[in-house]
Amino acid sequence: MKIKNILITFVSAIAILFSTSVVSFAKVVGDKIILGAAISLTGKYSSNGVHTQNGYNMAVDRINSMGGVKVGGKTYKFDIIYYDDESNPKRAAQLAERLISQDKVEFMLGPYSSGLTKAIAPVTEKYGVPMVEANGASRSLFTKGYKYLFAVLAPANLYLDVAIRTAVELNGGKGVRIAQAFEQDAFSQDVRLGILDAAKETGSEIIIDDKLPKELNDMAATLVKVKQMKPDVLVVSGHTKGALTAIRQISEMKVDVPMLAMTHCDAAKLSKQHGKNSQYALCASQWHKTLTYKDDFFKDGMTYAADFEKEFGYDPPYQSAESSAALLVFKDAFERANTFDQKKVRDALAATNMQTFYGNIKFAPGGQNVDKPMVLFQVMCDDAGKCENKVVAPLKWASAELIHPVPKWSER
Amino acid sequence: MDFLVFQYPMITIQACLDGLLLGILFALIAYGMALQWGVMNIINIAQGDLVILGGYIAYFMYLFGIHPAWGVIVSPIIMYFVGIAIYKLVINKVVDRDLFISILATFGISILFMQLMNFAFGADVVLANSGYGTTMLFDNNVVLPNSKIFSAFISIVFAICLVVYMKRSKLGRAIRATAQNARAAKILGVDTEKVYAATFGINAALCGVAGALISITFTIHPYMGLPYTIRSFMIVIVAGLGNLPGVAMSGMGLGIFEEFADYILGTEFRIGSVFLLLVLILVYRRFKLSRKREYLK
Repeated sequence: MKIKNILITFVSAIAILFSTSVVSFAKVVGDKIILGAAISLTGKYSSNGVHTQNGYNMAVDRINSMGGVKVGGKTYKFDIIYYDDESNPKRAAQLAERLISQDKVEFMLGPYSSGLTKAIAPVTEKYGVPMVEANGASRSLFTKGYKYLFAVLAPANLYLDVAIRTAVELNGGKGVRIAQAFEQDAFSQDVRLGILDAAKETGSEIIIDDKLPKELNDMAATLVKVKQMKPDVLVVSGHTKGALTAIRQISEMKVDVPMLAMTHCDAAKLSKQHGKNSQYALCASQWHKTLTYKDDFFKDGMTYAADFEKEFGYDPPYQSAESSAALLVFKDAFERANTFDQKKVRDALAATNMQTFYGNIKFAPGGQNVDKPMVLFQVMCDDAGKCENKVVAPLKWASAELIHPVPKWSER
Repeated sequence: MDFLVFQYPMITIQACLDGLLLGILFALIAYGMALQWGVMNIINIAQGDLVILGGYIAYFMYLFGIHPAWGVIVSPIIMYFVGIAIYKLVINKVVDRDLFISILATFGISILFMQLMNFAFGADVVLANSGYGTTMLFDNNVVLPNSKIFSAFISIVFAICLVVYMKRSKLGRAIRATAQNARAAKILGVDTEKVYAATFGINAALCGVAGALISITFTIHPYMGLPYTIRSFMIVIVAGLGNLPGVAMSGMGLGIFEEFADYILGTEFRIGSVFLLLVLILVYRRFKLSRKREYLK
């Protein structure tokens, strides 16, 4: 009993210590600009949450070591308070509330995923806290008229738009027959809307339009239909499990389709997990290291990738790159605003027009980045079975030529 | 609604075969659940999570360059001890209590397992490649991945072994005796505590086999356990406890039902249709039960 009492006293003493030290945080303390972020460090988004955090940290270190942020003739350094949102939207909203009202953070960075960004955006909007986010692409984020939300990435409906347009182009400008399967979540459904728009504009026909469940691990039924109806393009979007399941079952069932376009290949480590079976898959990506955009901090994509790998031990997925870009945007906006007044920083953010290693950034009134196209890469393998992702569209950035149509399984 | 499945006989055959192979695998998981439900009167909500954990064992063997098919041997051995450990830590404290307590306890274990697996293995979706290729039937119109055939075959082998073991071995007899009447078995010298532990271990081992097979045929993810729990629950409800042929039949039935629901209603209602069927069956059973009661009155 005595030990228990001592323990309780000890724990509460630590708790009190922590709670008092937390109160002392504020937006700008001494020479520090403190940003707040709720990130999924546990739960189902934790791997991408960690990519996001690594991206943020990398940019903070880089900006700080290269002179920091100059506001009103004084130099400031970035610092970030992180909380773990457990991949749970309710928790994310609570944490945003806590960051703003308890920790007195006046500027926020976004969480990982559209769903969590959707949960946080109303909170930051209510308090007028500018938030630059890098991982919420759902179109619905940008149609609600949020004034304080800025996304450095292209909206979800543009993810696979390029694929359809490329297929139509290769078909001599005539419409193509599309089979599509999308998970039932905000992001994938937005990708679907983008395909519907592209199909309408190009006169293409959608012959299979399947929806996939959240617990997806079997899409044989869709693929049997694809085998029977022989579409020109098969589009699949269902996060990493969608990409992995599709490749596994397409190769097992020997489904021949001239073009296969997907999302989340990067995050699924497709070529690593599936090797040659993933060959020829087309993947939508926000960024690829071979793109030739430049900035003063990370130089270009290749340098960023090399530096990132040195620090964290793996090749940066686009989730990290866009997260790093978010801090470059904040720095630029602070310096142009030349003040920490939230309204003025917000206006400076809205007027952003810059190039980063990640791409050009310019925000539409809804907050989405309209100056950066999506890229498509294709998984290409050599005879030894080593696979690489090569950018094939848009042509301006292409580092390899698109292989189309995909060779039949019987000829591989 | 889409009735493509009935318009092309090849698709009908494909759906039936896919469902059948899948159903056999479900039946294996359900058999484990039926066993411990029958013996210990515990509904194990963590069943699916044990399956996923078994899958991770095979996946890690695959990462270390061992063919994942060996997982069907290694995974049940490890899972047997995991099962015993869970029994000693938690289940033995709730085994004599009412069903509600045990459901709560296993629900807790389920959440704990999900978070631990997420913590230990990461939230990525993973799979183990068997490289087994594909079997083509009917002029290439029906395709069956060999991995699915392999998993159905292994499931049958394990089910048969288990039946024989239950019939012939001393422990098997003790388990059956305890299931019939725990008190009487105790009086006659059966160490019921040991029987309970072994039963839970065997159940976990079966989950381990199923998990290894799932990592070869589908994908695994720390949060993907629940659908497997629901399916096995449902199969056991339909078949009843201690009825192995019933479990096998209702497992295959569920597999085929799911495939057809997938084609007709769309993949998004695949799991949903299982839940719906569960509700319908529970309601039907209640009706049947209340009729009987009236008759008795």
